[in-house]
Amino acid sequence: MATYTPTTPIDHVGHGSKPPVPPAGGVDDGRGGGDVPNYGARLRRARLGLACGIATVCMLFVSLTSAYIVRQGLGTFDGASNTYVRDWGRVDLPWLLLAINTAVLLISSVTMEFARRRAALQAALAPVQSIPGVSLGNEKSFPWLGITVLLGVAFLSGQWLAWGELHARGFFVATNPNSSFVFLLTIAHAVHLCGGMIALLWAAGASLLHKPVEARRIVVDITAWYWHFMAVLWIYVFALLGFAR
Amino acid sequence: MATPASVHAHAPQGFIRKYIFSLDHKVIGIQYYFLALSAVFVGMLLSILMRVHMIWPTASLPLLGEIKPETYLALMTMHGTIMVFFVLTTAPQGGFGNYVLPIQIGAPDMAFPVLNMLSFWTTFVAYMVMLAAFFVVGGAPLHGWTGYPPLSAIPSAGPGEGLGADLWITSIAIFCIASLMGALNFITTTLDLRAKGMTMMRMPLTVWSWFITAILGLLAFGVLLSAGILLLMDRNLGTSFYVPTTMVNGVMTWHKGGSPLLWQHLFWFFGHPEVYIAILPGMGVASQVLSTFSRKPIFGYRAMVYAMLSIGFFGFMVWGHHMFMSGMSPYSAFAFSLLTMCIGVPSAIKTFNWLGTMYKGRIRFSTPMLYAIGFVSLFVSGGLSGPFLAQPVLDIQLHDTAFVPAHFHLIMGVAAIFGIFSATYYWFPKMFGRMMNETLGRIHFFITLAGTYAIFMPMHYAGMAGQTRRYSQFTEVAFLQKLIPLNTFITWAAIITVSAQFIFVINLFWSMFKGPKASDNPWESTTLEWTTATPPPHDNFGGVTPVVNHGPYEYGVPGAAKDYVMQTDPPTGTSH
Repeated sequence: MATYTPTTPIDHVGHGSKPPVPPAGGVDDGRGGGDVPNYGARLRRARLGLACGIATVCMLFVSLTSAYIVRQGLGTFDGASNTYVRDWGRVDLPWLLLAINTAVLLISSVTMEFARRRAALQAALAPVQSIPGVSLGNEKSFPWLGITVLLGVAFLSGQWLAWGELHARGFFVATNPNSSFVFLLTIAHAVHLCGGMIALLWAAGASLLHKPVEARRIVVDITAWYWHFMAVLWIYVFALLGFAR
Repeated sequence: MATPASVHAHAPQGFIRKYIFSLDHKVIGIQYYFLALSAVFVGMLLSILMRVHMIWPTASLPLLGEIKPETYLALMTMHGTIMVFFVLTTAPQGGFGNYVLPIQIGAPDMAFPVLNMLSFWTTFVAYMVMLAAFFVVGGAPLHGWTGYPPLSAIPSAGPGEGLGADLWITSIAIFCIASLMGALNFITTTLDLRAKGMTMMRMPLTVWSWFITAILGLLAFGVLLSAGILLLMDRNLGTSFYVPTTMVNGVMTWHKGGSPLLWQHLFWFFGHPEVYIAILPGMGVASQVLSTFSRKPIFGYRAMVYAMLSIGFFGFMVWGHHMFMSGMSPYSAFAFSLLTMCIGVPSAIKTFNWLGTMYKGRIRFSTPMLYAIGFVSLFVSGGLSGPFLAQPVLDIQLHDTAFVPAHFHLIMGVAAIFGIFSATYYWFPKMFGRMMNETLGRIHFFITLAGTYAIFMPMHYAGMAGQTRRYSQFTEVAFLQKLIPLNTFITWAAIITVSAQFIFVINLFWSMFKGPKASDNPWESTTLEWTTATPPPHDNFGGVTPVVNHGPYEYGVPGAAKDYVMQTDPPTGTSH
């Protein structure tokens, strides 16, 4: 194998969950001495933006949760007994289907993590591969991203089936406050997951369109963290609906 | 290193990309500003119509005819909503924050320029949807800017509560999404794009104020969005989150078991931080301008930063003081009351620091400075009635009177507007390369300041005398007869003050094209925006990355050649 001197220090690129190390001496403006922001700074910036976005989604679901708990404790006036009665109602959740969906989403989170690590590796090795005469082999990489997209579609389809099953059991949005929240929380989660799906498809498209490997890695990286967050959020929603009935 | 020429080559040339769907934060800031300018004139027109109706309820107005009571409520709703969302939230943060923040921290643009453009155009869509509520069947909604259910949740509750209310809620939801995108961008930009040497404690206080405002927005608008979704479901999907068993116009609705208080909690959890979203940027501008035109460092820079942080922190813990009338537990009311009064401490720190900044300064009474002083004046005048309303026992007496609108118009409305005016006169030379007319600026200032006090100070007394705040007319109400002359005075003061705003608009547009050319640093300021060309190039610094060696307000430094030290001047060994 030929010897080489990488033009970009490998440590600066970052691996796995370890963010790239910013240059010392104050805050990096992201331009790295040129007029194009350097890759490490762009990745750090994208992750910071994602963290802000996740904070927002958390606030949305926290406020829905507080509404859930407050509404659960409210009553309505019952003329027959001349008193206030709890009108929360019950919902027969399709447990098995939801458990399968949960498993699918968790598996997709694992495959997404593999895709993220693969993208990080490709970005790290990109400077080496660009050197004439250097070959790192052309082994076929497993299509983790594609698998994740399929699992995401499977999860959303499963949720669709779950909503259909709820309808079949006689539970609709307006059946009772409990069912209102079941539909609201699961649909709100699905809408947010759809955002992740669009990002995933963009990342997959970036690969096909031969976008720079660094740009693709950034999209895959932040989509992966968002996807993991979606998995955690789903477990939270599932637990709330399951245990705080 | 990129040369200025190569950087300029990256600037978009086509009209659409350069001025409409621009990614340049400066263009986007100006777009936000003009959106807010159009909104403020709509809002002012509505307020004048309200005031006219209150005094001359049977007057037939051109085009509109006689204003009906329900139309009055629609005017009130739209006035409040447009002013709060599309003026007080949009101009200080979206407008000046967008234009100035990246330059003040030495960045070439916002962190996510595409998202920035999307934020503006989403705000624009929200604005259009809001205005559309005027033109649908039934007209604009009647439920006030706070949108309290059951009125806001039942389409049959009034003429504007059908499609008009749906559009109103939808517009607010779209606005929330736009604001969240904007807040995300501001936070990331501030944390990640600062130039070398621009430590957090060297950031201008304007940057701090936009940064803290963005954090408030990030945490608050998601809650309003969720509240709005629940409200839309109650209206259209048959749910009962907010509405108990209710009869409207003699007909039972399907609702049962909901609670209007749930909406109030969610709304005010957003609503109170929203007050600070409106006023914090004004605080930042006042600090910047007072220091610059007093030729003195800001008094207690760190105290100012910590005061803003604590105002933001406490802002999330006091929403219950809007709900003292809701029958909440006295213990809860006591907690909310105590926490509300705690906000007086950092507010007082800021006020005394502003006064300390001016004390023994070589003050230059230019128009931006006049407006900054006016801001402090209104902040004190409006703020002092806050502790009254923070007392549950007093609030119960004053809550539904004109005292409350008088209070919040001074502190949240006009004080924030004075911050916007100060910022406009201060940064106009940088934004448009020309100076505004000082004489017109001073005339505008004195009429607006006197007019503001003429409108809102008597309103406090009217409120204490028992004048209710939501009656569409009171000329026929016996116990309010003695207040008619006072209200007539208020209405005339409002008409004159609103008319004076045309002086500002004439000055703005005339100066944009005909004003004298501005130098790069006409106010002899120290922050980074004054180190670059006027107006700044596409990448802000012409391909040069600034390095910061000084704090933001180094005026009157002993031994210095000039009475100010730019942030980019070479280090002297004494700067912090």
